[in-house]
Amino acid sequence: MNAIINFANNLIRSISTNKDVFQFHGGVHPHDHKAESTLLPIAKLAIPEQLILPLRQHVGYIPKIKVQVGDHVLKGQMLAEPEGAMSAAIHAPTSGTISAISEQIIPHPSGLPDLCITLSPDGKDTWGQLAPMDWRTADKKALVACLRMSGIVGLGGATFPTHIKLTTNGKSNVHTLVINAAECEPYITCDDMLMRERADEIVKGIAIVQHLLGANHCIIGVEDNKPEAANAMADACKAFAIPAANDSVKPEMSVKVVPTLYPSGDARHLIHLLLGIEVPHDKRTTDVGLQVFNVATVLAIYRYFEFGEPAISRIVSMTGNVEKPQNFEVLFGTPLKTLIDAAGGAKPDTTHFVMGGPMMGFDLPNTDVPITKAANCIIAAAPHLFPAPPPAMPCIRCTRCAEACPVNLQPQELYWFSKSDNFEKARDYNLFDCIECGCCSYVCPSDIPLVQYYRYAKSEIIAADKAKDAADLARERNEFRLARIEREKLERAQKHAERAQATKTETKKDAVQPASEPLTNPEVATTVNDAAASDKQAAIAAAIARAKAQKLAATGDATEATSEKTVATTLEAKSASTENKQAEVKSDKQALIAAAIERAKAQKLAAAQAGIAPKNVENVSASVQAEINKTDEIREKAQQLAVEKTEDTPTK
Amino acid sequence: MLTALYIMLGLALLLGIVLGISALAFKVEGDPLVARIDAILPQTQCGQCGYPGCKPYATAIAAGEADINQCPPGGDAGAHALADLMGVEYKPLNAEHGTPKPKSVAFIDEATCIGCTLCLQACPVDAILGAAKHMHTIIATECTGCELCLAPCPVDCITMVPVAENPDNWKWKYPVINIKSVPFDSNNPTSHLNSSPA
Repeated sequence: MNAIINFANNLIRSISTNKDVFQFHGGVHPHDHKAESTLLPIAKLAIPEQLILPLRQHVGYIPKIKVQVGDHVLKGQMLAEPEGAMSAAIHAPTSGTISAISEQIIPHPSGLPDLCITLSPDGKDTWGQLAPMDWRTADKKALVACLRMSGIVGLGGATFPTHIKLTTNGKSNVHTLVINAAECEPYITCDDMLMRERADEIVKGIAIVQHLLGANHCIIGVEDNKPEAANAMADACKAFAIPAANDSVKPEMSVKVVPTLYPSGDARHLIHLLLGIEVPHDKRTTDVGLQVFNVATVLAIYRYFEFGEPAISRIVSMTGNVEKPQNFEVLFGTPLKTLIDAAGGAKPDTTHFVMGGPMMGFDLPNTDVPITKAANCIIAAAPHLFPAPPPAMPCIRCTRCAEACPVNLQPQELYWFSKSDNFEKARDYNLFDCIECGCCSYVCPSDIPLVQYYRYAKSEIIAADKAKDAADLARERNEFRLARIEREKLERAQKHAERAQATKTETKKDAVQPASEPLTNPEVATTVNDAAASDKQAAIAAAIARAKAQKLAATGDATEATSEKTVATTLEAKSASTENKQAEVKSDKQALIAAAIERAKAQKLAAAQAGIAPKNVENVSASVQAEINKTDEIREKAQQLAVEKTEDTPTK
Repeated sequence: MLTALYIMLGLALLLGIVLGISALAFKVEGDPLVARIDAILPQTQCGQCGYPGCKPYATAIAAGEADINQCPPGGDAGAHALADLMGVEYKPLNAEHGTPKPKSVAFIDEATCIGCTLCLQACPVDAILGAAKHMHTIIATECTGCELCLAPCPVDCITMVPVAENPDNWKWKYPVINIKSVPFDSNNPTSHLNSSPA
């Protein structure tokens, strides 16, 4: 069916005179269901009893809350300010009191709760201080900085903070502004109605954006299923061109009607249709001198600069299985059920509600969720509108999905890889270029939920990448910690060595007096040697000397004892016990020596590890150096004396 | 005949020089295998494998001293990846070293903490902030969930809190087909095939 329509479409296009519109590959023609909600004009929804404002309403960082529970706020007052560049502010949609800051279910595919500010309106709807700006004269940078506080995000559904798209850093290579009014998804009519009713304001907004970007050209792309909107826009452009003649900027605006083909509303596809430019998949539209804005976003920019009104409301299509499908101007935070009631209530066979279009939208968890900046359309789903998909059958490799894919991917390959958790391969096949438009699922004769598989694979890959980043961080931190511990150990060792050196110098000073005396007393020599603990050789020599001296003395005793042959056998026994004692003493001494050697070795090793010489002789004053030299001399002398003493002892 | 020999000799010499130079110019520092194994390991630094961290375990695997199935935080996927890399047969995780748990982060009960700094010394990634006699706190984004801080705490004020699912870390689920039970009709055994799938 789709193939036939495509063929017919191509045929018509090839014979039609409108050759200035280009074509992209693939796309589908779902029933648009747009007529239902365009019968009635946009209605303003009354202020509900409670407004729930999730902090997560845009792409990027969560804004920082600036109010407390119990605070009274005025309409348009900032409740949360943007944190970082990629963030958007949240404003009070009406005056009232902050009744809670808590976790509530938000409109998100996960259906999970998130932090929300709850506002209880006081019904007075009092505006706070508004600061309109003259965008024609003010500095562009200041204007964009102000826009950061406006809370305006892309209202087409992507919710990308608008000020980032307008930040040019002095120079801008954007020559053409593309206004996205294609609204290709079925059921959604909010942009259509906006253009029909407020085309003049949209055009003024376009002029502001053109001024900020320095873009001389502007093309408004509208699908041919919205002729009223296209005409309204064309008239507004003509009407605006006259007063703009005496302006510094001469915006050149034109409306271009594109054939209805889903997903022409995707920014890259609209560019392709309007200008024949294919934006490379790894580049941004600004890299080819283009910037794309949604009509509703442009209008919000106009209202902000002209009247100082921040983003507090949007147009939402309430359609599908409701009594009176209509577009409403809804304050952000309005509970879904208020909107449903305004549309005459849902019909009894309604099963659930879908936010966004039927192709890319997601099911809402309940009717208490608030309307956020992303909510362009709410569809009441019923079995006759969205019949439950038949069970998926095996892929028959017909490649109809590849024919329908507007981004020229191979959906069947991606499906196989995603299904078998072969994520690396899926990434190689450019899974992340998939715009999740749902064309492949729409045409699949086996009713395979292909997009669900891609979403699954994408979130698994993103999670794996995040885990990898976390692991890299942990590795880095662990390595740093190990290095830090090592460094601290060395520093400690160095400190100890320094302290030991300091105490050594002290001891040496004390030892100078006795050492300078004639070293006749072996005891003194030993003391001096003990003090020079770092000198391993000296310590060992001294210990050996001591041991030898003692051994010799003991042997002397023994000789004396044995020389007295007249002594009785009792004495012999005594001498035997003395010999035992000698052996004991000897082994004790040896153990002590061994311990001393061990200590000295350990100290030397520590000093070597610290990379320092055993003596702290660097950066010392001349007098200290002289003192050290003197002490060293004395120590050497003492050592020599000790050695001599040891050698002398046997002769004594 | 001789010319051919000279050519071959010349070629051998030339290639030898090229190889020699490239061996010097493109010298690989360290053991690339250890780094590749380390890249697979989850870097929790928990020591459940019996080694004092992921790098020592990676070194042990590379040296053939440790098995590939000793890392519970890496899970089954980690064991598969290691088996692929090492060219060995996959083995299910060794239960001796623990079982995989959901990702958790440590949480310090502020009221009970006495500021002893023992957990600070135990943390392998310096994810605990504090000083002696001052309350400590976990830097949740840096915590690997290794549980090494639990044992040294003298007042048992540290607990492991599983990371809750939030819109930030939520993942799309694998598409499943809901299976509906259809009463079996013994008179018409193929009735369920004829009923409408919706």
